[in-house]
Amino acid sequence: MDLYEYQGKQYFARFGIPISPGGVADTVDEAVSQADAAGYPVVVKAQVKVGGRGKAGGVKLAADADEVRLHAGNILGLDIKGHVVKRLWVEHASDITKEYYASFTLDRPSKVHLGMLSAEGGVEIEEVAVTNPDAIAMLQIDPIVGLTEEAARAWVDRAELDPEAREQAATLLVRLYHCYVEGDCDLAEINPLILTPAGKVHALDAKVTLDENASYRHPEWEEFADDSDVDPREKMAKEKGLNYIGLSGTVGIIANGAGLAMSTLDVVTQAGGEAANFLDIGGGANADVMAAALEVINADPAVRSILVNIFGGITRVDEVANGIIEAISRVKLRSPVVMRLDGTNATEGRALLADHLSDRLIAEPTMLDAARHAVALAQA
Amino acid sequence: MSIFVDETTKVVIQGISPTSQGLFHGLRNKAYGTKVVGGTNPKRGGETIEGIAVYASVAEAVKETGATASFISVPPRGAADAIIEAAEAGIALIVCITEGIPAQDEALAYNRLVQEFPGTRLLGPNCPGIISPGKCNIGITSGDIALAGGPVGIVSRSGTLTYQALHELSQQGIGQTTCVGIGGDPVPGTNFIDCLAAFEADPETKAVMMIGEIGGSEEERAAEFIATSMSKPVAAYVAGVTAPPGRKMGHAGAIISGSQGTAQAKMDALNAAGVAVAQNPTECGEKMVAIVKGLG
Repeated sequence: MDLYEYQGKQYFARFGIPISPGGVADTVDEAVSQADAAGYPVVVKAQVKVGGRGKAGGVKLAADADEVRLHAGNILGLDIKGHVVKRLWVEHASDITKEYYASFTLDRPSKVHLGMLSAEGGVEIEEVAVTNPDAIAMLQIDPIVGLTEEAARAWVDRAELDPEAREQAATLLVRLYHCYVEGDCDLAEINPLILTPAGKVHALDAKVTLDENASYRHPEWEEFADDSDVDPREKMAKEKGLNYIGLSGTVGIIANGAGLAMSTLDVVTQAGGEAANFLDIGGGANADVMAAALEVINADPAVRSILVNIFGGITRVDEVANGIIEAISRVKLRSPVVMRLDGTNATEGRALLADHLSDRLIAEPTMLDAARHAVALAQA
Repeated sequence: MSIFVDETTKVVIQGISPTSQGLFHGLRNKAYGTKVVGGTNPKRGGETIEGIAVYASVAEAVKETGATASFISVPPRGAADAIIEAAEAGIALIVCITEGIPAQDEALAYNRLVQEFPGTRLLGPNCPGIISPGKCNIGITSGDIALAGGPVGIVSRSGTLTYQALHELSQQGIGQTTCVGIGGDPVPGTNFIDCLAAFEADPETKAVMMIGEIGGSEEERAAEFIATSMSKPVAAYVAGVTAPPGRKMGHAGAIISGSQGTAQAKMDALNAAGVAVAQNPTECGEKMVAIVKGLG
């Protein structure tokens, strides 16, 4: 789960990472009162979960209340790469001597944590990574040992941060590491991390991705739940606990397992069709889950045919078959369903469905046959 | 021969109870012929559940039965501890199918295994398990889709595509030596290269079928290994050519991976390594069958 900048900053603050004084605003008036509280000049920042806000006109400096009114009015409702701005973060503007970059993430190839620190932070950090990779000081961190103060000090020296920033930066990095580990982040990134003329180091931005697998031990994450930007189809699927991503085609797809679901998208495309969605009903899906999946797809007006591709492992095909039977008795499906069922209890599952087969409920022996049939029906 | 398991492998099911997934699949594994020698549950030591003797701990099960492998399907919050318990008891192969373990827990458990228990291999988490047809099946793979006798080794990152791969070969009458599902989690205990190296060393495996998916750089690293260290032919499929791009935030991923991670980049890397790369699982099966027939 990606956090908005303001949520990321609030999360950082819990771990003692310094941020600028500021607050959220959903209206122009709220923006002004937040600005009054933070102290002028202020920065008015669009809260969207997409990069390139500044270039899109979503980040503006304001010297007084009138300028806050002007900018807040312009930014609220602004469309940034398809994300409409509904909320602002207004914070006291910092004078900047130097911009750094800092992040923690998992280094998948070596299976340890990876810290990245650079004295050349700011908007061009990805370019720095390409043109001058040595400017990014990488630090592999053994999860058993963690990041010690000592290692953090050596790291800021190696990254050649300005001498007056090093002590504060080392302390901040240890706190950011704690935020990353104890806060169960997949990514904790600060860009830019700034040094002010007054010699203070603090976070001017926050990019935090939380590991949703850890949500059971973070009840406080509930406040981050956000479906304001979500496709209504995705919202409905989420309510039913399904892993669904809306796409723009006409073949609705239901598969078990992310790999098989992706592969189903691939074969639908290769058969000349276009998928309306990605939907993985997961391992161990039962009849209820299957019925819910069909309901979600049925609610998408663009869908012309439904392709059900199941290879049972932990998922039992007889359960899936019962779900299909239940769904067709419960909901009137607008589109024909083409099924391919294999794996655990497939024989039982196919037997259950035998009496229900028709030109609206079709069984095909292979994945490719099923994809071709579903594409043909969608284009008929 | 097979890799990682064989007909002598003795399996203990961790966290067994009358309603557990572990029992359902453990009984199926047992019915397949796998030597399932017991289960563990701290609250049920001494009981017998559907013919399976239950011990209070893995250590006790190892002592009483000589178990060499364990099967974990406990919920995410207990899975990392279960992995460490098995390693401490001296289990050589841990198969963990649990989905949804926090990445921080996986990273910690993996590094503990590497440093403290170098003799233990972890397969998974979030994997379908391992099957050596006719000898041993640990996990959730349906045994009847596999065919004994070799000569193909299968390694796959995706659960259901593992079954698809087995199915494609078995239907054409091509058997498998071992089929390993390594799982798609961020910190897999066993990776492509571990399996490719084991298949390369296994005299009965003559060719390898590999199923990858988008994300990470494991396939690219595997391609490098195949180019430099493998003599046996490999056919591969990478799922997700048409997958919607993820809504990514932050720069860390891009800084680390560059252009890596897309299905196309992975397929290009595999192609360059001399692998027969297919566009879908069926074509991958066909390419593998052609390769095997060409071996004579």
